[in-house]
Parts: sequence; C-alpha cells; structure tokens
Amino acid sequence: MLNQGRCTYVPALPRRSSTIDDLKIQLETILAALFDKQIHCKSRRDTASVMAAGGGVAVGTLLLIEEDKYGLYSNLLFKYFLAEGIVCGHDLFVASAKEHPDNILKELPAPLLDDTYRKELGDEAEVVNSEDFQDSMKIAWRYQNLPKIEASPTTYTKFGHYYDLSKKMPPELCQSVKWHSFYLHEESSFEPKMKAWNMNSGYARLLQSLQRIISQEGFDGSDPQKKQRNVLRIGIQSLGSVLWGDDVCCSDPPEDPHSLTKFLYVLRGLLRKSLSACIITVPSHLIQNKAIMERVTNLSDMVVGLESFIGSERETNPLYKDYHGLVHVHQIPRLNSLICDVSDTKDLAFRLKRKLFTIERLHLPPDLSDTVSRASKQDLAGSAKLLSSGCGAVATGNQHLDF
Amino acid sequence: MRPGTSRGSEQLNPGTAAAPRSLLQRIVGSIQAHELLGASPERPDAGKFTLLRDTRTDGSFLVHHFLSFYLRAGCKVCFVALLQSFSHYSIVAQKLGVNLAAAKEQGQLVFLEGLKSCLDLLFGEEEQPGQPSPLQFLSGSSGELRALFDFVRVSLTPCAQASWKGPVLLVDDLSVLLSLGAAPVAVLDFIHYCRVSVCCQLQGNIVVLVHSSEDSEDEENELVVNSLCHHSDLILWAEGLATGFCKDVHGQIKIIKRLSLRQAAEQDQVQIYQYKIQDRNVTFFARGLSAAVL
Repeated sequence: MLNQGRCTYVPALPRRSSTIDDLKIQLETILAALFDKQIHCKSRRDTASVMAAGGGVAVGTLLLIEEDKYGLYSNLLFKYFLAEGIVCGHDLFVASAKEHPDNILKELPAPLLDDTYRKELGDEAEVVNSEDFQDSMKIAWRYQNLPKIEASPTTYTKFGHYYDLSKKMPPELCQSVKWHSFYLHEESSFEPKMKAWNMNSGYARLLQSLQRIISQEGFDGSDPQKKQRNVLRIGIQSLGSVLWGDDVCCSDPPEDPHSLTKFLYVLRGLLRKSLSACIITVPSHLIQNKAIMERVTNLSDMVVGLESFIGSERETNPLYKDYHGLVHVHQIPRLNSLICDVSDTKDLAFRLKRKLFTIERLHLPPDLSDTVSRASKQDLAGSAKLLSSGCGAVATGNQHLDF
Repeated sequence: MRPGTSRGSEQLNPGTAAAPRSLLQRIVGSIQAHELLGASPERPDAGKFTLLRDTRTDGSFLVHHFLSFYLRAGCKVCFVALLQSFSHYSIVAQKLGVNLAAAKEQGQLVFLEGLKSCLDLLFGEEEQPGQPSPLQFLSGSSGELRALFDFVRVSLTPCAQASWKGPVLLVDDLSVLLSLGAAPVAVLDFIHYCRVSVCCQLQGNIVVLVHSSEDSEDEENELVVNSLCHHSDLILWAEGLATGFCKDVHGQIKIIKRLSLRQAAEQDQVQIYQYKIQDRNVTFFARGLSAAVL
C-alpha cells in the first residue's frame, strides 16, 4: 500500500510494503529511468562512443590512449579499433612487445551483425521502456518538450559497428583481411643504418618495419597502378613500457629521454603521407617524468586518458556507481581548419556492460538522501578539476569571472 | 554598458553620430588581427621579433594569421613548419584568402615541411655532400642546429631578380625541436643567429610559436620560452580561459608590446582581448563583450 500523499503522481507502481526506504528506492528507479530515457539514448550518439567502435580516427592521424592503471579498458579500445578494421576490410598492422599479435587477433570481439544486434540491443531497450510513462510526464514534465530521441540505434549504425564482448571474432573473418604483425622479440637485429638514428633500437626497428609495409603495399600512393586504395590501421600496444627496451617508465631521468618523442615524430610523418590511422596505448601512469608526457601530448593528434575506478576510492563513491571509469580528453585534432570540432560535453565516463563497452556523458544520479550532504558536493568539485578539454582549460583560477 | 567606456577598439571614432545600437554592433564586430597590432598589409613592420605563446590552448591560429598577412603584404616568407603537413596550412590559407602553392611556385614562399624532411633523412638515400638536410641534427650526435640556420639564411637571402618586400621567418613550432633532441642552448643559439641575420642584417621579421604553461614540468622548454620572452619586441600570448571551457569565447589573448626593450625608461604596454575562432576568421573583442553575452 503506497502512501498516497507521496506517490499520487506516479501510476502503475508495483504493490509493495510502504516503508520509506522502499518508496525512496521506487522513486529513485523511476527518476533514474526518466533521466535514462533521455540521456542514455542520447549518449549512444556521442562521438566518443562512435570512436570506441574505432570509426572516429581521421586517416593520417594518431590517437594516443593513456592506459588505465591495469590496462584493462585501454586494451578493450585497442581491440575495438582492430576489430572495426577487420569488419571494414582494412589492412592491419599490429605491433606489441607484450603479447604476440597472433594472440591479440584471436581475442577480438565478435561483431554484432544486422539481425543479432537489433535483438541484443532490443533487450536492453525493453528494460528501459518497461517503466512506461510515454504519454505525459508527471514528475519531470519539463522534459516533455525536448525532442523525442530514437531509442534504437538503427539510424546511425552506418558509421561504426557494434561488438559483443562475450564472443570472439570468428577466425574466418580474421583471415579475410591482410594483416602484418610486429612482435619485438621475434624481430631480427637492426641494420647498421639505424645506428645513426640515435633512437632506441626497438622503436627504430618498428619504424623500419612500418615504412617498409607502407611503401611495399602502396599505402603512400607510390604505386600509381594500384586502383584499389585501402586504409592501413596501425595498432601499437604499450609503447614506452620497459618491454620495448625504453626506461622512460622506470627511471627519472631516463637514459634517453628523446627516443619516445622522436619515434612519435617520425611516425607522424609516416602517417601524414600515407592512408593510415594509428592507435597507440601508453602506460602514462608509469612515466615519472611529466615533461615527456607533455611533449608526447603535443606530438599526438588526439589524446584520450582512461581512468578506471578499480582500487580507488571512487569505486564506492555513490556519484559514480553506474560507471567503471572516466574518460579524459586531453587533446583533439585541429585538422585542415582553424577550429576544432569541440563537443558540448566534456564530462565523459565509461562503463563495461556484459556485452558492450560504452562511453557516455557523465550524469549524476538523483540525490535522494535525507540531508543533501556537502561532502559529496565537494568531492564533485574536486573531480571537476580533472575534467579537461582539448582546446579549453580546466578551471584553474580562483576567480569566477574572466573580466 | 556605455559604448564610450569600452576598450574594445581603438579604431572607433567616438565623434560619429551613430545610433547607439550600431555603435555597439561595431564594438562587438570583428576587430582585424592586424588592427590590434597596429600594422597593415601595406606597411608591415621591419626588424621585429614576435613571439607567439600559448598556454592550455592551441595558438596555431596566430601562425595562420601571420602567414597569410605577410604573404598578402608581399614579403618573402621562409616557413619552417615542423608539426603539420603542407596541405594542412594550404587548406587553411585558402580559407583566409591566400594560395600557398602559387606563392611557393613564384618563389615568395620557401616551405620547409619538417615531417617530410625528417622521413627523407632517415629513410632516404645517402645525401649529397653539398646539400645537407636542414634537420641533420636528428641523425648526428651534435644536436646543433647549424644546418637549419644555413637553410634559413640561404632561403631569405635576396636574389637579384625578385623584388619582394622584407624577408620573414616563421617557425611552427619551436618546442618540437626540443622534443627531437636539440639542446635548449642550441635552440637559443639558432634563434640568435636568425635574429642577427634576418632582423638586423636584412631588416626582416621573425615570428616564432612556442608552447608554455605555468605549471609545466618541462624545464628545458620553460627556459627557452623565458629567454625568448626577454628578447622579443612583441609577445602574443593566447591562453585558455581561467574559468574553464566556453563555447563562445575560446580564450584570451594578451598583447605585450615590449617598449622597454628599445628605450630604457619605457614600460611595456599590455592589452588583453578575448577571441573566438570561426571557420574563416578569428574575432577579437574586449573582455566580457562576447556577442553571446550581449
């Protein structure tokens, strides 16, 4: 029996015993569903989530991902990028010093092709729709006037695909594209010419290998006979880690502080002159020397940092209970134009559902505690300092006005 | 808000009998970048060292502005473009009304594409002894930028037939040289030699872009930037807003005219404007007078 005074506005609630806590839970669920209906669906359109499907990296540019502490989620993004390459029919170049590229390719997520994905995502959409307030909203009536947003993602699946993380990509699909691998420990020793490069030998060998593939396969347009132009997707895992022979992650100052930045510069040159797109993951949380990270950021086109909540106090923070981590966009590319494509929202968070990894706008659950606690507000202000944008600043000063 | 009190535009004539609304429109209208600096395409400055500095934002729009400004003024430009490809600058310059490919063909623009030059050096054939690569410091162990300076000097030396106005050296951006292994002292030496050669001997201008930040941990970079600040005639400092990201105001620009450099008793003149970058131009306005606010 519900307390009429509190819940007259909400139709079709299940009958439950009327303790205050139960009512709160029900209200919370309803409000969450209302918010979710508006924002959760919107979030699928976020360019960041499209990027998560690997479709949003411009050809000729470099996307650098700062790994989260245990490398779990950055690895996921890495695999998404490669999986998208296979589904689109692009050539792949996978380089790693940690895992053998053959194993990486065996672990790619399976794509959700037309029939199956509609069913998968239809299940999720139904859960949301079961709180049924279609016609008129009584509590959140201000939202009535917002334009209706398509719940199903059919309209924008032309760009990017969806993947099922619980299944592996079928081997015949993997074999359908041409792929090249570079596993550092299997490569032969370097040629004498590279001695003059003044660079870590692992990086130098990788660059040599890349340049050879690009020119042999004609990605740089050097073969005018070739009618079919294809894109080369390059994925480099954990660049800068100790396995590459670079001590930038374990000592400060490192023995050769310029190797990593020189590598990125030469790579940038190779990318700009060929039809390729590159993703690199860097364990930046291990790099002691912050100057190097600043230089690395300047030399990359797009830089995204992942911060996972595992093992941190945020895991239990009620503000973040729906998410597994935050996405910090440190830099966005300014390509062929004076302006860059800045999205409205700077606060992004990610969550790993059973089958899907999504990046969404960070929105807070409704604050339904008895006393609106100041502690949570301060915590939020603290976390707001970490939200930075690509071409604007995080709020640094104490002032509230700029003039 | 009274129009007379605005610091927005020195070009406004307060005596004009204009309706208040149109005067307000003119205040918020786009102030051309060169109006802010007191120069015009007909008479560009001579012998000046301009430092472009950015903090927490990207100041490359200033580089595009100066490139198109000097090309339109008929100066011979040597552009050391270390970070982006030729096509990037070409496409943006087209939006600003300048054709880089044509300028290059006519000999008005000498373009050093750092990325391409680096690839040629590392992957190309053995170089001819008479033509060392400008980025030779990458493969040598000396870390000196002598080859780069020779390249600049040779490109800006006036040749007999062409009659361009004063030479200009444009560098985008200097912080990359540090990332590539050049020592800070070598970078400062390079700039010093360029100043002597371009500003003093040839009466030309130099415009250099650097990145900096107050809480930066890159000490070498801060050393170079601080040293250059002391020697510059004009500093354009683009900063992101201290209060965070804004859609209508992309940042603020501080214009510091270093009058104290030339005359002992003079004080530096500092002006602060805010700006918004659009597709084909950049609008400047006084602080707080963004079109979105008014």
